[in-house]
Amino acid sequence: MRPTSIAIRHWVFAFILSLIAGFSTAVHADEAIFQGGIENLLAKSFNDKTQGAQQIAESGDDRAEQILKALLDRQLFSTKSDKTLVFFDKDTDATQAKQVVSGEILPVTDVKSLQRIRTNNKMRGVIKRLIANIQLSNPDPVKRLAAVKEIMGKVTSDQIDAVKTLSESEPNAEVKREMETLVQLSELQSSDEDVVKAAIIGLKGNMNQQVRPKLEDLLTSESAEIAASAKTTLEAINKKVTWYGHLETLFFGLSLGSVLVLAAIGLAITFGVMGVINMAHGELIMIGAYTTYTIQHYIMPNYPGVSLILSIPAAFVVAGLVGIIIEKTVIRHLYGRPLETLLATFGISLILQQAVRSIFSPLNRSVETPEWMSGSIQINEVLSLTLNRLYVIAFCLVVFAALFIVLKKTSLGLQVRAVSQNRGMARAMGVKASKVDAMTFGLGAGIAGIAGVALSQLTNVGPNLGQSYIIDSFMVVVFGGVGNLWGTLISGFSLGIANKFMEPYAGAVLAKILVLVFIILFIQKRPRGLFPQKGRAADS
Amino acid sequence: MKKQFKGVLASVVTAGLVFGATVASAGSHSAETIKVGVLHSLSGTMAISETTLKDTMLMLIEEQNKKGGLLGKQLEAVVVDPASDWPLFAEKTRELLTKDKVDSIFGCWTSVSRKSVLPVIEELNGLLFYPVQYEGEESSKNVFYTGAAPNQQAIPAVEYLMEQGVKRWVLAGTDYVYPRTTNKILEAYLKSKGVAEEDIMINYTPFGHSDWQSIVADVKKFGSAGKKTAVVSTINGDANVPFYKELGNQGVDAESIPVVAFSVGEEELSGFDTKPLVGHLAAWNYFMSVENDANAEFIKKWKAFTKDDKRVTNDPMEAHVIGFNLWVQAVEKAGTTDTDAVAKAIIGLETPNLTGGIAKMLPNHHITKPVLIGEIQEDGQFEVVSETDGTVAGDAWSDFLPGSKDLVSDWTDPMNCGNYNTVEKKCVGAVAAK
Repeated sequence: MRPTSIAIRHWVFAFILSLIAGFSTAVHADEAIFQGGIENLLAKSFNDKTQGAQQIAESGDDRAEQILKALLDRQLFSTKSDKTLVFFDKDTDATQAKQVVSGEILPVTDVKSLQRIRTNNKMRGVIKRLIANIQLSNPDPVKRLAAVKEIMGKVTSDQIDAVKTLSESEPNAEVKREMETLVQLSELQSSDEDVVKAAIIGLKGNMNQQVRPKLEDLLTSESAEIAASAKTTLEAINKKVTWYGHLETLFFGLSLGSVLVLAAIGLAITFGVMGVINMAHGELIMIGAYTTYTIQHYIMPNYPGVSLILSIPAAFVVAGLVGIIIEKTVIRHLYGRPLETLLATFGISLILQQAVRSIFSPLNRSVETPEWMSGSIQINEVLSLTLNRLYVIAFCLVVFAALFIVLKKTSLGLQVRAVSQNRGMARAMGVKASKVDAMTFGLGAGIAGIAGVALSQLTNVGPNLGQSYIIDSFMVVVFGGVGNLWGTLISGFSLGIANKFMEPYAGAVLAKILVLVFIILFIQKRPRGLFPQKGRAADS
Repeated sequence: MKKQFKGVLASVVTAGLVFGATVASAGSHSAETIKVGVLHSLSGTMAISETTLKDTMLMLIEEQNKKGGLLGKQLEAVVVDPASDWPLFAEKTRELLTKDKVDSIFGCWTSVSRKSVLPVIEELNGLLFYPVQYEGEESSKNVFYTGAAPNQQAIPAVEYLMEQGVKRWVLAGTDYVYPRTTNKILEAYLKSKGVAEEDIMINYTPFGHSDWQSIVADVKKFGSAGKKTAVVSTINGDANVPFYKELGNQGVDAESIPVVAFSVGEEELSGFDTKPLVGHLAAWNYFMSVENDANAEFIKKWKAFTKDDKRVTNDPMEAHVIGFNLWVQAVEKAGTTDTDAVAKAIIGLETPNLTGGIAKMLPNHHITKPVLIGEIQEDGQFEVVSETDGTVAGDAWSDFLPGSKDLVSDWTDPMNCGNYNTVEKKCVGAVAAK
C-alpha cells in the first residue's frame, strides 16, 4: 500500500495535469485516451507516436510520467511477437522487461525479440514539454524549476492559467519567479492595456532570453504609452545583458588564453630559456594527449576521472623522456646552429606524427570527459561558465606556479638559469652543462605533455593535434619576451582576450589574422617582446 | 623494382620518414593485368578519412579477382600516397597515367584535391571515380562523381528540418570551397522558400578550429529569438569534436537546437566521445545501420578483410563500391578499358546500392542516390528518421545559384558538354566561371 499522502498528491497532480492539458472536465484518469495513446505509440509514423505521447499525458494516468520518461531515455520497447509495450533497460537487467499496461514481468531471452520505440528530435522536444507539464507539480523544486524553464514561451492559454494557480502556492522563490515570468510573458500579448503595462513593469530587469524579443515586438505597439514603457524596460535589460556579455567574452578570452599559455609554457623553457627552436613541441603535446588516451582506454577504462588525474604525472614522464631522447640523440649535436635545429626538429615532428598514425591509427581517438568536468555553472540567465574551461584555467595557473617554483627555488632551476645565462661560467663552477641541457629540455617537454592532458579535454586527440598549436605557441613566447616566464603568462592571456573581443566583430578567421599582424608589427617595434630579458647575458 | 623504390622515395621526401605506410604497388607487374590506380592520402591530415577508402578499393579488387578478374585478366591495384598535399595529387595522377599506365583511378577526398587532379586527368584523358559528397558546380568528361551533389544531401536535409518546424538557420562551416559553395546554395534555397535575411546566420571558422566558445554563445543567442532554430553544419571532420562538446557544455541539446552535419559519418564518430552528439542529425546516402541483406554482407566482408570486428563502414565507401561495380560493368560492356569507350558505355548502367535501391550513372556523370537523415546514437551509429521515396538524381549545376541555374551537363551525343547553357544555347567550356 502507498502512503496516503502520495495518493493524494497523485490525485492532485492528475487534477492539475488535466487542467494543464485543457481537459478541465475530465477529473479522473481517462482510460480510453490512455489506451488510444498506447496504440498510437506502436504506430510507425512519428506524428502518430507524438500524438500517442500527448494522449498518454492527457489521460492523466499515473503511469504517464514513467512511460514518457522511458520513451525519452530509450527504454520503451515493444515485443516483436505480439506488439505489447514493455519497459526494458539493457544496462541494469537484460533478462527481463516489465509490461507497461499490466505491470507484469516478462522474461527476455533474446534482446532481438524486442524493438525499441523510436523517437525523433521533434518528438523528443514534445515529450520533454509534456514531462515538464507533469513535473510542474513535482515535490522536488529543482525539477519544478527545470520544468518551468522547459515550457517557457511554449505554452497555451489554458496552461498559463494552470501555471498561474500553481505559482500562487509555490513555496520556492526561484521557481515562483520563473512561473511569474512565464505568466507575464503571456500577459504581454493581452488585449487589456493595463495588464500589458503591469507585465512590462513586472519584467523590469528580467534577463530571461524570451523577454527581449517579446518586448521588442511591443515597440511598435499602437499605444504610445506601452511602446515607451517597453522601450525603457528593454533598454535597461539590454544594458545589463551587454555588460554580462562583456564578462562572458572576458571569460572566453581567459580560457583561450589559458590554453595558449599551457601550450606555450613548455616552449618558453626549450625555446625561451635554452634557445632551441623546437618544431616538435606540438608533437610533445600530442604525446601527452595520447598518454591520456592510453591510460583512460587501456589501463583503467571505467574511471575517466581518476585516469585523467593519473595521466598528468604519466604524461609528464612520457613526454619528458621523449624530450630527453630527442635532446640526447639530435639536438645536442646542433647547439648554436638554429637553422639546422629547426629542420631537424621539424623532421622529428613528422616522424612522431606518422609514428602515432601507425601505432594508434590515423583516426582521432576519443578521450572521455569525466562527469565533474561537463556542464556549466549558471550564474544568471545570460552568463554561464563552462566547467571544463574553468578547470583548464585553474590547471594552467597551477602548472605555471609549479614551474615557476621549480625554476626559482630548486637547485635544478638554479643550474638551468646559470647555464642559460653563461654557459662557460656555469661549467667553471662545476655544473654539468650537458646534463642540465638534457634535464631542461626534458622539463620543457614534460610540461608540453601535461598541456596535452588538458587539451585532450578540449579538442581532438589525433595525429594533427600538435600542428594546430605550434604556431600559437611560438607566437605567445615571442610576444611575451624570450626567456621570460611571466611574459609568456601575460602574453598568452592578453592574446586570448584580444582574440575573443575581436571575434564577434571580425569573425574567427579575421580575428586570428589581426592578432598575427599585430604581433608582427609589435615585434618590429620591440624585437625582444613584452618583457625583454635584461643584463649582459641577454645582449650577447 | 625501380619504380617501387621511387614511389617510396617520393613519399619519404614529402612526408618525412614514413613509418609502416604501405606505399607500393601490390602484386607483380605483368602485361596481362588491368591496372587500377588508388589515389588516397595515407599520410598527413586527410589520412584520417582516406586510408579507409584505399582499403575498400583493395578489398573490391581482391574480390573481383576471386571472381575471375575482368575481361579474362587479373586486376592490379597501384596504390600511391599523395600525402594530403594538393599539388602532389596532380603529380601522382600524372605518374599513375603516364608511368604506371593505369586504366582508371579511384581517389581524392577533399574538393581541393579533386580540383588539383582535374587538369591532369583531362589532359591525359584518364578516368577518375570521386566518392565523396561535394559542392557540385562541376562536371568533367573524365570524372565520375559517385558521392552526393548538394541536391542529394544538403537540400533534402534542410527540407527535413523545415518539416520539423525550423524557422531560423545557422549555416556554420569550415572556411574552404565545399562549405562556402554549399552554404551559398543553401542560402539561396532558404531565401527562395521565404526565409528572411535576418533569420539566417552564416559563420566560417578556420580548419581545425578548437575554440568554439564565442560561436556557440552566438548560436545560443541567435536561437533564443523565439523561433525554432537549427544549425546546418559543413564543419570539417576534425573541428566537430570541440564544437559538439562546447554545445553540450553550454547546455544546447539536440531538442532545442538540432545540428545537421554533412561531414560526420560512422568513421569520424568512432573517434568521438559520442555523449554530447546524441540526437543530433546527419544527412548521408548510406548508413551502416541500414538493415538490408546487401549491406549486412558488405559489412561482414569488410570486417573479415580488415580483420577487425569493430571497423565501421561509411558513405564514401559505399560510393566506391558503386563506382567500382559500374566501372567493371562498363568495361565488360565496352570489351575494353579504353577511356572513351568506357566513359560512353558507363552512362545508363545500373547497379544495386547497399541500401536496397538502384544506383544509375546519369549522363551528367553523377548517380542516383537515396537521401537518408539519421540521428546520432550513443554507440556511434545512426538511426534513420527520414528517407526519400526512391532515389534522387544528382544535379551537377545547382538550380539555386544565379551563375549555374541555366547550366546542364550531358555527356551523351549530341550535347556532349559538361556545362551547356540552356539560355545561350552553347557549351561554355570545360569549367564554368564562378
